[in-house]
Amino acid sequence: MHWNSVGDFFAMGGYALYVWGSFGACLVLMVVEPLLARKRLTEVRDTLARERLADELDHQSGTS
Amino acid sequence: MGNHGGLEGGIGVKQSIIHWFKYASPQSFYPLAGRMIPWFWAAAAVFGIAGLWISFFVAPTDAQQGEGYRIIFVHVPASWMSMFIYLVMAFWAGLGLALNTRVSGMMAQALAPTGALMAALSLWTGAFWGKPMWGTWWVWDARLTSELILFFLYLGFMALQAAIDDPRRADKAGAILALVGVVNIPIIYFSVKWWNTLHQGSTINLNKAPSMAQTMLWGMLLMALGFWMYSIAVALTRVRAIILERERHTEWVKHALE
Amino acid sequence: MNPLLATVRRDVLLALRRKSEVLTAVFFFVIVTSLFPLGIGPEPVLLKKIAPGILWVAALLATLLGLPRLFAADHLDGTLEQMALSPSPLGLLVAGKILAHWLLCGLPLVLLAPVLGLQFDLDASALGILTLALLLGTPLLSLIGAIGAALTLGVRGGGVLLALLVLPLYIPALIFGAGAVEAHIAGLDVGGHLSLLAAMLVLAAFFAPWATTAALRVALE
Repeated sequence: MHWNSVGDFFAMGGYALYVWGSFGACLVLMVVEPLLARKRLTEVRDTLARERLADELDHQSGTS
Repeated sequence: MGNHGGLEGGIGVKQSIIHWFKYASPQSFYPLAGRMIPWFWAAAAVFGIAGLWISFFVAPTDAQQGEGYRIIFVHVPASWMSMFIYLVMAFWAGLGLALNTRVSGMMAQALAPTGALMAALSLWTGAFWGKPMWGTWWVWDARLTSELILFFLYLGFMALQAAIDDPRRADKAGAILALVGVVNIPIIYFSVKWWNTLHQGSTINLNKAPSMAQTMLWGMLLMALGFWMYSIAVALTRVRAIILERERHTEWVKHALE
Repeated sequence: MNPLLATVRRDVLLALRRKSEVLTAVFFFVIVTSLFPLGIGPEPVLLKKIAPGILWVAALLATLLGLPRLFAADHLDGTLEQMALSPSPLGLLVAGKILAHWLLCGLPLVLLAPVLGLQFDLDASALGILTLALLLGTPLLSLIGAIGAALTLGVRGGGVLLALLVLPLYIPALIFGAGAVEAHIAGLDVGGHLSLLAAMLVLAAFFAPWATTAALRVALE
C-alpha cells in the first residue's frame, strides 16, 4: 500500500484528471450499456405481455 | 460385431452433434442465455475487483510516468477486447452464413455495440493517456489510428444492419461485411504501421510505455478477463432481447413468457 | 461472345448514352482538387507536399460517387435477376460490371491526374509515379467498392451508408498510393509501395467479385 491518505489516492500524483477521466468513462459506459440492454429486454417482454393480454381479452369478448 | 460398434459410435456422434445444434435454435438458446448471464456477471465482478485492486494498490508507481500510467489497466484491456470481439463477431457471422443457424446472426448483431463501446473506450483512454504524457490528446500513432478505423468498421456494421428491415437479409449482409472486414483488418493494420514508420511524425508507442513489471501484467490480465466476462454478459442480455423481438409471433415465445 | 466482355460492352454503351453520369464523377475530381489550393493558399512548396494526398483522396471520393449506380439501374429494371438466373456464372458478369465501372469511373481519373498534378507543381517523374499508382489503385477501389454497392443495394440511405462501409476499407490503397508519390518526391524507392498496391489488387481481383456476388444474391432473395 503506497497511498498515505485518501486525498493522496484521489490526487493520483497530479494525474487525477487523466486517471479518473479514463476509469470514470469506463465505469459510466459499462454501467449504462448493460442498463440499456436490460431496458431493451424488458421493453420487448412488456410489449409481448400486453399483446398477449389484448389477444386474451379479444378472445373472451368474442366468445361471450 | 465391428460393424455394429461402428454404427453405434456413429449414432453417438450424431446425437452429440444434434445435442449441440439444439442450442443453435433461438427457442433453447433463450433460456440457456438467461441461466448463464448471472454467472458471467459474477465472474466479471470478481475479476474486475481483483484487477482494480492490483491496478491501484499493488502495482508500484512507474518511474517515468508516475501514477499516470495506471490508465494502462483500462486502455489495454479495452483495446484487446475491441479487436477480439470483432473476431468473435466475424466467427458467428461466418458460422451463420455457412450453417444457416439463426442464433449466429443474432449473436453477431448483439456483439457489435459492445465491440464499438470497447473501441470507443480504447480511443478515449488513449487520449487521456496521451495528454499528460505527450502533451496532446491525439497522436497519429499506428495503434490509435488502427483503433479508430476499427471503430469505423463497427459503425459501418451496425449502420448496415440497422438500415435493412428484413432480419434474415440484415444477418447475411452483415456477415459478408464482417468477413470482408476481418480479411482487411490485418492489411489495414500493416499499412497504417508502414505509413507511421515512414512519416516518423510520432516516435511514440503506447504499448512500450512502462517497463512491464510482473504485477502490472497481472493487473492487465485480470482487468482483461473482467472486460471479457462483462462483454459476454451484456451480449447475452442483448441477444435475448433480439431473440424475443424477432420471434415474437412464434408459439414458444408466448409460452416462454407465461 | 465471352459473357464478361459482353457485360463490359453493354455497360459502357449504356453509360455513353447517358454521358452526364460519367462526367459528373470526372468534374467532381477536377473541382475538388482545384478547391484545395484556394483553401490552403498558393504556396508551391506546401502544395507540392500535400498534392499526392489530395489527388488520392479526391480520387477515392470520385470513385465513391459512381458506386451507387453500379447495380441500382439493373436492379430496378430486373436485369440483375435475369443475370443471376442466366447460365453464365454471376461472378463473371459481376466482374464485367466492375471492369466497366473502372473503365468509366477509374480510367478517366488516371488520365486526368497528371494534368491536375501540374496545378500542384509536381515534376514529370512524380506525375508518372502518380499515374502509375492510380492505374494500380483505381481498379482496387472499384473492386472493393462493388462489395459495398452490392451490400447496400435497395437499402434505406444507401449512398451515405455506402461511404461509411467502403471508405475505411479504402485506407490501405490511399496509404500506399499517396505514399508512393510522396516517397518519390522525397527521393526514396517506390518499388515497395507499388508492388504492395499490385499485390492488394491481385488479392481483391480474386475475392471481391466473389464477395460481391454473395452480397448480390442476398439482396435478390
